[in-house]
Amino acid sequence: MLQLTEEKIKWMEEKARDIRVSVIEMLVEAGSGHPSGALGMADIFTALFFGILRHDPTNPMWEERDRLVLSNGHICPVYYATLAHAGYFPIEELKNLRKFGSRLQGHPDRNFLPFIETSSGPLGLGLSQAVGMCLADKIDNGKYSSKQFYCLLSDAEMQEGNIWEGAMLGAKERLQNLTIIIDRNNIQTEGNTEDIMPLEPLKEKWEFFNWHAQTIDGHNFREIAKVVLQAQAVLDRPSVIIANTIPGKGVSFMEGKYEWHSKPINKEEGKKAIEELKNA
Amino acid sequence: MLNQNLKLNIKLFDADVEKISTRVGFGEGLVLAADADKNVVGLCADLNESTQMNLFARKYPERFVQVGVAEQNLVTVASGMAAMGKIPFVSSYAIFSPGRNWEQIRTTIALNDRAVKIVSSHAGVSVGADGGSHQALEDIALMRVLPNMVVLSPCDAIEAKKATIEAAKNGKPTYIRLAREKTPIITTKETPLEMGKAQMFFAPPMTAQVGIIATGPLVYNAILAAQNFAQRGISVKVLNISSIRPLDFEAIINLAKEARAVVSVEEHQVVGGLGSAVAEVLVQNYPVPMELIGVHDKFGQSGTASELIEYYGMGVSSIEKAVERVMGRKIT
Repeated sequence: MLQLTEEKIKWMEEKARDIRVSVIEMLVEAGSGHPSGALGMADIFTALFFGILRHDPTNPMWEERDRLVLSNGHICPVYYATLAHAGYFPIEELKNLRKFGSRLQGHPDRNFLPFIETSSGPLGLGLSQAVGMCLADKIDNGKYSSKQFYCLLSDAEMQEGNIWEGAMLGAKERLQNLTIIIDRNNIQTEGNTEDIMPLEPLKEKWEFFNWHAQTIDGHNFREIAKVVLQAQAVLDRPSVIIANTIPGKGVSFMEGKYEWHSKPINKEEGKKAIEELKNA
Repeated sequence: MLNQNLKLNIKLFDADVEKISTRVGFGEGLVLAADADKNVVGLCADLNESTQMNLFARKYPERFVQVGVAEQNLVTVASGMAAMGKIPFVSSYAIFSPGRNWEQIRTTIALNDRAVKIVSSHAGVSVGADGGSHQALEDIALMRVLPNMVVLSPCDAIEAKKATIEAAKNGKPTYIRLAREKTPIITTKETPLEMGKAQMFFAPPMTAQVGIIATGPLVYNAILAAQNFAQRGISVKVLNISSIRPLDFEAIINLAKEARAVVSVEEHQVVGGLGSAVAEVLVQNYPVPMELIGVHDKFGQSGTASELIEYYGMGVSSIEKAVERVMGRKIT
């Protein structure tokens, strides 16, 4: 589990900054993709891959690894960048995002990058797969399971019915080893979530579905580490962490603007963004 | 004229031929598959009894998951279980699975190449009284279009049982199409079943004048039609297609070469189903005149299975007329 000293937090902040710089570089080079969510989730990805997850970049298929399902596959630039910075593949390869023949498909695809847990992109499907993984493990190991199961989801994804089907089964089966993190950035393709299709009261919705629910600042490493630990201490139900994040975090002209959900970044904007990230 | 190399049911032409639904064959097969492999798990969407998963659920309650009326969840959860090494069988009605959850199947099972077995009962108009909303006539089309997917359509309960056991071992995403109605037992325990291979069930001892290529319980009607022609001295052969994907190209092409006219028979829309699959093979390899028996651009309705099979043009007399039509179109 993640032991956070001031020094480690500072190291993580720098790592998250490097990952954000990679995300911008990738998206500029690709000429398309989804900036807002990728930048907003950089801190959570950093906390997961550099502290929370049991994993081994030198042995990606290690059987005892924790499982991480990325449900909202469109934020994959931050996933790929984090995997590269964690040592899964060379950082150099990130420039191949969205290109023909690349392992780094526009949305994550196991046919090209086999060690990821699932292909994703079409929204609403990750939670149920994570439920299935956790349930399979529970059938085999009961309460003696050593693995944790995580699923990362977007907030707008809560508009998909499949999510709530998965939520009901997760609660019914009391999947204590399942923790999901919702990127609560309040935006989606065409506007703010509360204008397009209101999600609030979101925490209460999950509580009514018999999940253990917590809300945090998704940019605060200390909070992230603490709630994950608390979630895993809950023994009779699965847990949801609603992470309040700023879409486009770290790049002032993108922050909070839904317009950057899936807008290409041109070279000049990219240069400006990277300068800002490096000088922060 | 039954091909007795295949040890088919010799009582097939009796008036009181034994009838068992293909879903019952699945239920028995699943228990045997689960006996053989502890990784076999079962998931159901509140249709445990009518899809016959209840035998398995009773014997292996710890390996059974009841997901409620939620077919999208049914298949996505199964995909996750397969990712952990399980061999999930998911059962529902064909109209809901793959009818309702097709994109979930495409993304999480077919694209991921996860060995989930999608088992769907109540396919076709023979569902009967429930009416058009419950009669899946599109499921073969929906499933055979997916890369990685194996599509099985057993002709009777015995074949369904064997197909279930084989599906548990094939390591691939697999669709098994079943029917509600009790239908004649065509094969026997001794009939061999080789995955991906078609079998000539009915073969008069002379060159075929027409070849019938059929799938599912309607293979029985196809055999009855062929038998009627045989009594008139006309040679019609019947090829049983239990695997629609992969499809036995060689057997289909060979029959077309011999008969130079074919009729496809299925309880499904003719668009996108077995008839389309056969036409795709022939048009690229050995084009011959062809007639397609199945539902033509309509939804079903309430009635008995036999009333509906007749009404929608899949009865024995409809098959005979199609055989006569295609004989008249033969290129000499």
